[in-house]
Amino acid sequence: MFDAVLRGLRLIGRNVIDRIWRLGYASRFFAAVLMHSGTALRRYNLTIREIYFAGVLSLIIISVSGLFVGMVLGLQGYDTLQRYGSSDSLGVLVALSLVRELGPVVAGLLFASRAGSAITAEIGLMKATEQITAMEMMAVDPIARVVAPRFWGGVISMPLLAALFSALGVFGGWLVGVVLIGVDDGSFWAQMQAAVDFRQDIVNGVIKSAVFGMAVAWIAVFEGYDAIPTAEGVSRATTRTVVTSSLAILALDFVLTAFMFRGI
Amino acid sequence: MNRATIDLWVGIFVALGLAALLVLALKVGNLASANISDTYTVQANFANIGGLKVRAPVKSSGVVVGRVAGISFDAKEYHAVVSLQIDRRYEFPRDTIPSILTSGLLGEQYIGLEVGGDPKVLKDGDTFKITQSAVVLEKLISQFLFDKAAEGEPKKPAAAGAETK
Repeated sequence: MFDAVLRGLRLIGRNVIDRIWRLGYASRFFAAVLMHSGTALRRYNLTIREIYFAGVLSLIIISVSGLFVGMVLGLQGYDTLQRYGSSDSLGVLVALSLVRELGPVVAGLLFASRAGSAITAEIGLMKATEQITAMEMMAVDPIARVVAPRFWGGVISMPLLAALFSALGVFGGWLVGVVLIGVDDGSFWAQMQAAVDFRQDIVNGVIKSAVFGMAVAWIAVFEGYDAIPTAEGVSRATTRTVVTSSLAILALDFVLTAFMFRGI
Repeated sequence: MNRATIDLWVGIFVALGLAALLVLALKVGNLASANISDTYTVQANFANIGGLKVRAPVKSSGVVVGRVAGISFDAKEYHAVVSLQIDRRYEFPRDTIPSILTSGLLGEQYIGLEVGGDPKVLKDGDTFKITQSAVVLEKLISQFLFDKAAEGEPKKPAAAGAETK
């Protein structure tokens, strides 16, 4: 009985210590990536290659999702707003919800599952096939050569993808609201422009997406680098990347929103 | 995939992203219209500001001429002090009356400037002499009910007749 309690307590203690150790390890890894970023940015064609894999190849899914999210917002928003006789503010609803929340968050979630998982799998597989060890043998720093370009590729791609998502979403909302349903074109844009503030809404949205991009890229490269070098370990690391970065995006979004939009 | 193709695609991607940001700033946001840079500040004291917020527009004849820069409470005189930033291109006579108005039935509140006829104009740091406070809906309704009751008191049958019609 007493032994069972002790064993339970020991289990809790070991789990907590493991978590904290892992968090510290991830932070030190993050610092190492930042310190080795100089090489990655100087040899910028490495980073450009990663922007291609993380950003350009995500264009299709981001564009299509943005368009459809905007179109659904147009339909649902119109249905609710016309009950209160204010369907003219459809533009405000679509633009504010996209620029402030849906753009950064949904683009971040898509980015985590499309690009983050690919980064983890790639680095994990490099580790499993001992390419990373081989690099160390050749005195090539794997963090500078492999990890940092992937990190910066993700950080640079994410705000651009979120901006595209929001812009296409507004276009989708316009398509449904103005072209399909027949909300007045002038009041759609005029009310939107009166309500959306550049600094308060758009810049804050871009800051959000940059923070999410940094979080997703960090988690993705860390999970890949830390993966157990077996087929099962890589598959687990990929799953962890998607789960952890999705949760991180939602939690960070709450914190950032509380700081940015509490005053109004 | 060779180097030139990757460079081209990344170039297209970055250009698309920046274009989207530009569209958001100019077409969706108000960056194109909100560049009031050179301003002067005047104070206005209101007995009640209702739901006025910082950054609310200041309009004259319906045109935006400035923004509300700050709202504070004067604990000596017990009134609200609102500072208005007005575009330097526009000058207003000293007896201009600012009033807190509402756009639409339930829209946002803004300050409307009713222009006076004084030849002297307002300068930086001046205070408006006469102001008109926000209309509080509850007070308006209670006044309306009070008036109705007062006019209904003496001739009750007529009021009752009017109601059944």
